[in-house]
Amino acid sequence: MTTVAKVTQDGEGTSSPYALSHLDALESEAVHIFREVAGEFENPVILFSGGKDSILMLHLALKAFAPAAVPFALLHVDTGHNFPEVLQYRDRTVRQHGLRLHVALVQDYIDRGVLKERPDGTRNPLQTLPLTEKIQAEKFDAVFGGGRRDEEKARAKERVFSLRDEFSQWDPRRQRPELWNLYNGRHAPGEHVRVFPLSNWTELDVWQYIAREGIELPAIYYAHEREVFARNGMWLTPGEWGGPKDGESVEKRLVRYRTVGDMSCTGAVDSDADTIEKVIAEIAASRLTERGATRADDKMSEAAMEDRKREGYF
Amino acid sequence: MSTITTEQLAATTLLRFATAGSVDDGKSTLVGRLLHDSKSVLTDQLEAVERASASRGQEAPDLALLTDGLRAEREQGITIDVAYRYFATPRRRFILADTPGHVQYTRNMVTGASTAELTVILVDARNGVVEQTRRHAAIAALLRVPHVVLAVNKMDLVGYEEPVFAATAEEFTAYATELGVPEVTAIPISALAGDNVVEPSANMDWYGGPTVLEHLETVPVSHDLAHCHARLPVQYVIRPRTAEHPDYRGYAGQIAAGTFRVGEEVVVLPSGRTTRISGIDLLGEPVDVAWTAQSVTLLLEDDIDVSRGDLIVPAKDAPATTQDVEATVCHVADQALTVGHRVLLKHGTRTVKAIVKDIPSRLTLDDLSLHPHPGRLAANDIGRVKIRAAEPLPVDSYADSRRTGSFILIDPSDGTTLTAGMVGESFAAPEPVKDAAEDDGWDF
Repeated sequence: MTTVAKVTQDGEGTSSPYALSHLDALESEAVHIFREVAGEFENPVILFSGGKDSILMLHLALKAFAPAAVPFALLHVDTGHNFPEVLQYRDRTVRQHGLRLHVALVQDYIDRGVLKERPDGTRNPLQTLPLTEKIQAEKFDAVFGGGRRDEEKARAKERVFSLRDEFSQWDPRRQRPELWNLYNGRHAPGEHVRVFPLSNWTELDVWQYIAREGIELPAIYYAHEREVFARNGMWLTPGEWGGPKDGESVEKRLVRYRTVGDMSCTGAVDSDADTIEKVIAEIAASRLTERGATRADDKMSEAAMEDRKREGYF
Repeated sequence: MSTITTEQLAATTLLRFATAGSVDDGKSTLVGRLLHDSKSVLTDQLEAVERASASRGQEAPDLALLTDGLRAEREQGITIDVAYRYFATPRRRFILADTPGHVQYTRNMVTGASTAELTVILVDARNGVVEQTRRHAAIAALLRVPHVVLAVNKMDLVGYEEPVFAATAEEFTAYATELGVPEVTAIPISALAGDNVVEPSANMDWYGGPTVLEHLETVPVSHDLAHCHARLPVQYVIRPRTAEHPDYRGYAGQIAAGTFRVGEEVVVLPSGRTTRISGIDLLGEPVDVAWTAQSVTLLLEDDIDVSRGDLIVPAKDAPATTQDVEATVCHVADQALTVGHRVLLKHGTRTVKAIVKDIPSRLTLDDLSLHPHPGRLAANDIGRVKIRAAEPLPVDSYADSRRTGSFILIDPSDGTTLTAGMVGESFAAPEPVKDAAEDDGWDF
């Protein structure tokens, strides 16, 4: 048996054997949140897109319940415009850990005429209805999301346990105060609680932890040659979803993705960071937030995220 | 460009702190300045603030806009809710609970302070210690925040005069010390001009102490755990029941206080059964010793009945269990708390039925006067409460353990979080109680 003496440089310059590093502290907090939900809810589910934040959530859940299996299923809202590399990663991961995966398909809703394609081709705002209906149909009472408070101003006021009504709506004025680490998961039938175990992580923390734990990510997070075209100041990947349009020219560039979402609104950034060490160095030096750099959906208005959250978005 | 290297960032500690003060004290400007000058504000965020400031006809970017996230806040120029901010320096990672000064200030400040190791209280140098400053000091004292910083702001508007700062610092320190605040650090600043926030001020040669950021970077975050009572609230029982682990039975939880060692004799509360720790799993890795705030799984020598809600403690240092809890509470819900109220009480990982037996007094934070038998507590009221729980609870005094001495009350009908509770005496020092019989400001 080994003792892990994680000696950390404390602020005053002395080493304290009992101070946790910031990654250990964040990991412990996230594990505590997963275990609280396992203890208090009947039917929790993890939103899993194959993006790095959801991969991190799954990794933490696996650690929280080891050596037993994760007591939650996964749920993916598939926009129909997902990166193929990411879908392959998703399916491989589900098989590897013997998990149950639920998929809600935006394409189904469009085919049935319930949802209409937007003129700009982006399907991110269309995810809300399929997500809400899947939560209702499967009677999920806790839904883990990978949202982080550092991502966006409206998210900075999100609770760890965020109560949603039967329409999945979020009302910032009716959120419960969260004191100490005493989370309140009470909810009425039909309501559910969105739970954000990564609330206190930043983008840099996520990457440092992925490096420390040796977590595998879809390859598109690392620099690679890709055919892209410019739109709204971002590099988008051509595809059936509706690009490029006339006047938009395709070129080959060395790029990587900082976030992974719908292909229509997730941009790549110029980068030669082809290893995790280079990615961390690049983020530490970056002067743009990951959403500012790569998400067209958040640029729509100053309150774009707040509006989508109120309607039941992740 | 940021100059933080990967290696430096990998081994930093985490400091959770809170800020308190009103818009007029320049709190949002201080927070904006900390984020901006520590290079935590990124170009697109700053551009958004510049656009918003320009559209309101302001010449310079209003750093307060960095922290006002919701539309109503930006439109009304107020902060409604606790907002969490993140920034890092080469020495430390910070989580800032930014709490508003006026709307629901008590509820929000109590929320922010509950997880904070440090609170920054702002005053306007021109006004010195005012009623609100005393309220903020009292909340920091009630919540037992270990470190308090008094930031005397707007020093530029008093000619950077040392006596102005010294008088305010002295008055505040005396007041906070009387309330039992263990450590006060007073710093003269100008958030607007940037004096002593991140960079030392060239305008105040007479001040030899740290800047706000230097202090945040160096204040100790770890405690002397040898003197803490060890406590593990059991969250979940891990039973794989697989071919590989047919008999594994582990008790998962986050250590709320102190340290646990393999071989140690422990008692499980409330049942009182005694056993020994046969193993500790630190997220898949066996260890000999674990400490707060690690999330671990304990394995016990004897096959005794342990389930969610139980508390594992050292046999030589177990708290008494009781159904009668006396506590200081902050009421956080819009609906009032009344004598006879039937509630749920969540302590650690255990939630039990309880009834509010008595509300002996309500505390006015402005002057710490006690109002006997108010009958009810409204939103943002602080008071003393006697509660009878349906089952025995292993509670500590909040003074001894912020995690296992705290609880929340929940409305059983709609799930609202009603009240934040702290077991035991309100303040570390004897309460400076004054008779409030002549006060007729409270009607019920």
